[in-house]
Amino acid sequence: MQYQSQFVAKPYFIAAVGLFIGQIIFGLIIGAQYVVGDFLFPEIPFNVARMVHTNLLIVWLLFGFMGAAYYLVPEESERELYSPKLAIITFWVFLVTSALTVVGYLAVPYATLAAMTGNDILPTMGREFLEQPLITKVGILLVVVSLLYNVSMTTLMGRKTSITIILLMGLWGLAFFWLFAFYNPVNLVLDKYYWWWVIHLWVEGVWELIMAALLAFVLIKVTGVDREVIDKWMYIIIALALISGILGTGHHYYWIGTPGYWQWIGSIFSALEPIPFFVMTLFAFSMVNRRRRDHPNKIATLWALGTTVTAFLGAGVWGFMHSLSPINFYTHGSQITAAHGHLAFYGAYVMVVLTIISYAMPIMRGRVANSPQAQLWETWAFWLMTVSMVAITLLLTSAGVMQVWLQRMGDTPMSFMATQDELAIFFWLRLFGGGVFFIGLMVYVISFFIKGDITLISANGENKNAKVSISTVDTIKER
Amino acid sequence: MSNAFFTKSIARNIFFGGSVFFFLLFLVLTFDTTRKLPKSDHRENLTEEVVRGKHIWETNNCLGCHSLLGEGAYFAPELGNVYKRRGEAFIKVWMQAMPTGAPGRRQMPQFNLTDEQLDDLVAFLKWTSEIDAQGWPPNIEG
Repeated sequence: MQYQSQFVAKPYFIAAVGLFIGQIIFGLIIGAQYVVGDFLFPEIPFNVARMVHTNLLIVWLLFGFMGAAYYLVPEESERELYSPKLAIITFWVFLVTSALTVVGYLAVPYATLAAMTGNDILPTMGREFLEQPLITKVGILLVVVSLLYNVSMTTLMGRKTSITIILLMGLWGLAFFWLFAFYNPVNLVLDKYYWWWVIHLWVEGVWELIMAALLAFVLIKVTGVDREVIDKWMYIIIALALISGILGTGHHYYWIGTPGYWQWIGSIFSALEPIPFFVMTLFAFSMVNRRRRDHPNKIATLWALGTTVTAFLGAGVWGFMHSLSPINFYTHGSQITAAHGHLAFYGAYVMVVLTIISYAMPIMRGRVANSPQAQLWETWAFWLMTVSMVAITLLLTSAGVMQVWLQRMGDTPMSFMATQDELAIFFWLRLFGGGVFFIGLMVYVISFFIKGDITLISANGENKNAKVSISTVDTIKER
Repeated sequence: MSNAFFTKSIARNIFFGGSVFFFLLFLVLTFDTTRKLPKSDHRENLTEEVVRGKHIWETNNCLGCHSLLGEGAYFAPELGNVYKRRGEAFIKVWMQAMPTGAPGRRQMPQFNLTDEQLDDLVAFLKWTSEIDAQGWPPNIEG
């Protein structure tokens, strides 16, 4: 730890992991409802559980990004955070807002919640991923603006690196495109058009800047490769990401009432979208191969490599699989979409947040890295979660292919519900995969409590130079 | 990547230049789309009923289970073309009969909509089914 104020990241990371657990529990509930339709009905209808599942994902990833920003910006800027106190107040505001929102989802019918929270004043609710009540949406905006103020001031008053510039661009972009969550025209076509300005321009736009910055930061730390080299790779990756991703929005404008030329634009730029993820994979492996030090935090390095490979598969390959318009005509809104969504979010964003947590949490707990014993547990968690998520993706893809075949092709298409019955075996196996994922997540949580031989950060080591600190630290037996 | 000619500042310039260029191009296309939309979205038929129906659609979180023009959840049937698939009377009777309570089957909640609200919702679904969505979905089953 170079700066005391970096400690504000810790509650953010703890909250992120806590909400992650909630997300997976609700994922298991909806996974079960896919095969046992009346499970927990009417107490928790599918739409409510799914909303909690997806909203918790968004919120805990935001907690992760924010924690990462509060941790990374002081270290990169070489000064204390502008206002650690504001960061802590913001944390509690965000946590209470998130918790109350989930309680609201579960406690009252959605229509009642909408009436209670002023949705009639400015209707924004009831759109996928943007289900939050107006006050929650305003709360998210205020929390992000507070973060931006804090980290921007820190950067302005300190050293400006390529990593902080890109991270800040990503976070400012996140706030800017969130504004479209407040725009809900009565014309459904326009509504959908600008809905994607939040969803697509987040996950295939500005969030990729955040991902690249976090990855670059961790790779500099764990490999010791020269910053100039890493910065150059980072710029190439994000250039490719935005050049392909901005017009790649077109792959959402095929069938919502927009002009036909989007099929050409969307298809061409979607075909380019896997490239930045592929380059990111090359980048991570090349940096680790050229490492100038063997950082004792092996598992953070594994997460960093893993996130690039899984993001390439989930976002790159699985995205491209159904983004050409002639294919998308048949696969749009099928289980193939669900398959892609799961592996892309897990690979790109879940894993990059777990990368930064894996790197930063041990340091905030006063050690260079966790004990080899704890890292072994975390390695098991890595493989259990990653392999089960790949399995879930393959099963949903199989279900999707069969769904398209039965329901959308041929002369005598089956109805939606009749098709779903045919897919039951895939949904059962997917639920099993979800169970393994949950076990992996539990192993991950347990890894934080595993003791063993840890390497403490010496009083004068890490503070000056990480390279020195690793060789001068004292290895002691904890406990 | 250690090429001396391809420096970090060149990479940075490609990033800033490329992003700005493609975002501006995106804005131009958005402008063009906005001009052409009235032909495909038949906004002249956006009656008070349709507008109220969209509000009912949203405040009951219908997208939490269903998809609409392929977007939403994939737990229950596509409703972008349900007006054409089932017709007005079926939709109303169906919603009033929920939940079925059939053991082990997927359940749709009872939303207790009034007759007027059902009319509005159907008007919204009818309007949606008439959007020119480039021939999607592939068939009536959605």
